[in-house]
Amino acid sequence: MIRNCIDIMSSWLIPLIIMVSLIFGITKKVPVYETFIDGAKDGLKVAINIVPYLIAIITAISMLRASGAIELAQKAFSEVLNTFNIPVDVLPVMIVRSLSGSAVLGIFSDIAHQFGPDSYVTKLTAVMVGSSETTFYVLAVYFGAVGIKKFRHALLAGILADIVGIITAIVIANILFL
Amino acid sequence: MNYIWFFIILISVISAAYTGKIDETVNAIWIGAQKSIEISLYLAGIMAFWLGIMKIAEKSGLVDIVAKLITPFAKKLFPDVPKDNPAIGNIALNLSANAFGLSNAATPIGIKAMEDLQKINKNKKTASNAMCTLLAMNTAGFQIIPATVIAVLAACGSKNPTEIVLPTLIVTTITFIFAIIIVKVLEKITPAQLPEKINNSEKEEVQND
Repeated sequence: MIRNCIDIMSSWLIPLIIMVSLIFGITKKVPVYETFIDGAKDGLKVAINIVPYLIAIITAISMLRASGAIELAQKAFSEVLNTFNIPVDVLPVMIVRSLSGSAVLGIFSDIAHQFGPDSYVTKLTAVMVGSSETTFYVLAVYFGAVGIKKFRHALLAGILADIVGIITAIVIANILFL
Repeated sequence: MNYIWFFIILISVISAAYTGKIDETVNAIWIGAQKSIEISLYLAGIMAFWLGIMKIAEKSGLVDIVAKLITPFAKKLFPDVPKDNPAIGNIALNLSANAFGLSNAATPIGIKAMEDLQKINKNKKTASNAMCTLLAMNTAGFQIIPATVIAVLAACGSKNPTEIVLPTLIVTTITFIFAIIIVKVLEKITPAQLPEKINNSEKEEVQND
C-alpha cells in the first residue's frame, strides 16, 4: 500500500514539477520558451565545468578498483570483521559505496547471485547499498560546477556520515535479519 | 581533498605492485577518463533540460513559494542565506527530488542551488558554510525507496524484495540526521573562510557567469 503510493508519487513528481512550472510561467506571462533556452545554455556550461573534476575523481577510483587494493583490504581485515558479525564479502561494499555507484551495484548483484537473495549477507548489503550515496562523485559534481577548489569541512562531514551509515546499517541488519 | 586524491592513487600503485595488476591499473586510467567524459555528456543533456525548466520555475516565482514553505527549517540550517534567496527554494526541491530517488532531477537542481550559494559566497574558490551543509545533506543520500536495490533483489528471485525498504529508510534517516549534526559541529571547528586575496580570479568568475 505505502509502497504503491510512493511508487505513484515517484513517477508523477517529474511531470508534476514540469507542468506546474510551465503553467505558473504562462500565467505569470513569463516567456517560457526563451527562458528555457536561457536555462539550458547555463546547464551546458555547468556540464563543461564539471569535466576536469570528474576526470580526476573517476580515474583515481578506477585505478583503486583495478589495482586489487580492495581484495588486499579484505584479507587484512577479515578477523576484525568476524568479531563484529560482518561477513568479509561486505567489505568491498563498505569501501566502494562512497566512491562509485555503478561499482557498488555490480558488487551487490554479485553477492545476491552468489549467496542467494534471501541470505543475511545479501540483506545487509542491500540496506548498505540502498542507504548509500557516492560522496566523492557528489562532491566533484556539485563543487566542480561552481569552481570551488577548497572543500573545507564538506569532505570530512561526508566521510563521517558515510561511516555512520555503515555502522547503522550493520546494527539495524543485526537486529532485524539475524 | 589534495591528500585524499593523492592517497587513492598512491594506494592503487602500491597494491598494483603487490598484486602484479599494474597493467590493469594503468588501463583503468584510460577507461576512467573515457567514462568521465561519457558521464559528463550524459549529464549535459539532463542538466540543460532541468536548468531550463528550473529557470522558468524561478522567473515565475514558483521557487519562492516552495522556499517559503521550508523557510523556518532552512533558517536554522542555512543561517547565512537571506530568506528571499532562490537558493532556499532550490535546496527544498533538490532534497525532495533526492528523497524520491530522482537523481536525474536532483543533481541539476542541487547544482542550481550551489550556483545561488556561490553568488553570495565571499570567496569564490572556497566552500561557504551553507555550501558544505547542502553537500552533507546530499552525500547522506536520503531516499524513501531504494528502487535499484529492490530491482536487483527481485531479479535474483527474492521472496520478499521490499523487506529491506523499512530498514533502509531507518538507516538513511539516521544518516541524514547525523550528517547535519556532523556538518554543523565541524562548521564550528573548521577555520572560518578567508576573504579572497586576488581580484583577478574574481573577475574570471564574473565573466564565466
